[in-house]
Amino acid sequence: MTEETKNKTTTHGLGTYLWIWGLLFIISGFSYAVDYYQFQGLLRWSLIIFFMFAKAGLIMAFFMHLLWERYALINVLLWPMTAIAAFIFMMAAESQYTVFTRLFYFVAGSS
Amino acid sequence: MSNNLSNLPKGFKGLTHDFSSDQVTFKGVKWGKAMMWIFLLSDTFIFSCFLISYMSARSSTPIPWPNASEVFALEVFGVHVPLLLIAIMTFVLITSSGTMALAVKFGYERKRKLCALFIFLTAIGGLTFVGMQAFEWSKLIFEEGIRPWSNPMGANQFGAIFFMVTGFHGTHVTIGVIFLFIFARKTWRGDFESGKRGFFTSMKSDYVAIEILGLYWHFVDLVWVFIFAFFYLW
Repeated sequence: MTEETKNKTTTHGLGTYLWIWGLLFIISGFSYAVDYYQFQGLLRWSLIIFFMFAKAGLIMAFFMHLLWERYALINVLLWPMTAIAAFIFMMAAESQYTVFTRLFYFVAGSS
Repeated sequence: MSNNLSNLPKGFKGLTHDFSSDQVTFKGVKWGKAMMWIFLLSDTFIFSCFLISYMSARSSTPIPWPNASEVFALEVFGVHVPLLLIAIMTFVLITSSGTMALAVKFGYERKRKLCALFIFLTAIGGLTFVGMQAFEWSKLIFEEGIRPWSNPMGANQFGAIFFMVTGFHGTHVTIGVIFLFIFARKTWRGDFESGKRGFFTSMKSDYVAIEILGLYWHFVDLVWVFIFAFFYLW
């Protein structure tokens, strides 16, 4: 262990973590409220997605220190995730087709 | 390595600089941390595949999907509360993520005992989560009769997806809890200051090990955010 690593590494203030912690609690409370008050339809889905990404973003940026990492690491980690988005669209189209054939042959076609 | 980090270009200029430079791409990042990030990226893909297969199963079945809000409701003193246990589990996991973030901070500040204490608190939070999940599973299996191949509430795929996704997540939490307990002991003993070699890798370690463990733990919390949104709320 060198002299340099023996020294204290600069860290972020306690307040930063407590703020993020509090925000995560509040946002979780909001997303629970979406179910508690039984919002339905497009409002429900958009709120769920919004709170989900807000929480995920806060955890990654602050708790996982991604905000303070260099672009080399951030870009290597985040770009591959666009493949997931592409996969979601492919499978969404696929399952639309599946449910169509099921409804057509099992429900409509059987009569 | 890390003391001249501030002289390097930042932003996208830094990106091209780091990738075209010699020897090390991820400047100022210990190899273990880079490897943990790459492992977490691969794990992201695994969980994404699970959640996407859940999406396909749910949107391709003509039979109605069970209403999660009712399936996971609890009776507390005669009052019917939807998703109560799941909400508590969410808050427990977020709390343990917060204590882990503080443990990483205290580690880098060389506050050895405080760091060990917060890792221990994180482990207790994780253990509570796993305990509540065991309770949830046994309630669903023994009282409500949910099986991977059938259930009384709706589409048959519900059980298979539920046990697969939450089971895989619970496995991650369990592994995390085991490592948290091991690291709490190592930190308390001062392994990261004395340079004592680890029992498994027989390598000297540093407080960066706690940040690496923290990355894993926050990832487990991150996955729960997505499961909570898509499985319990959707």
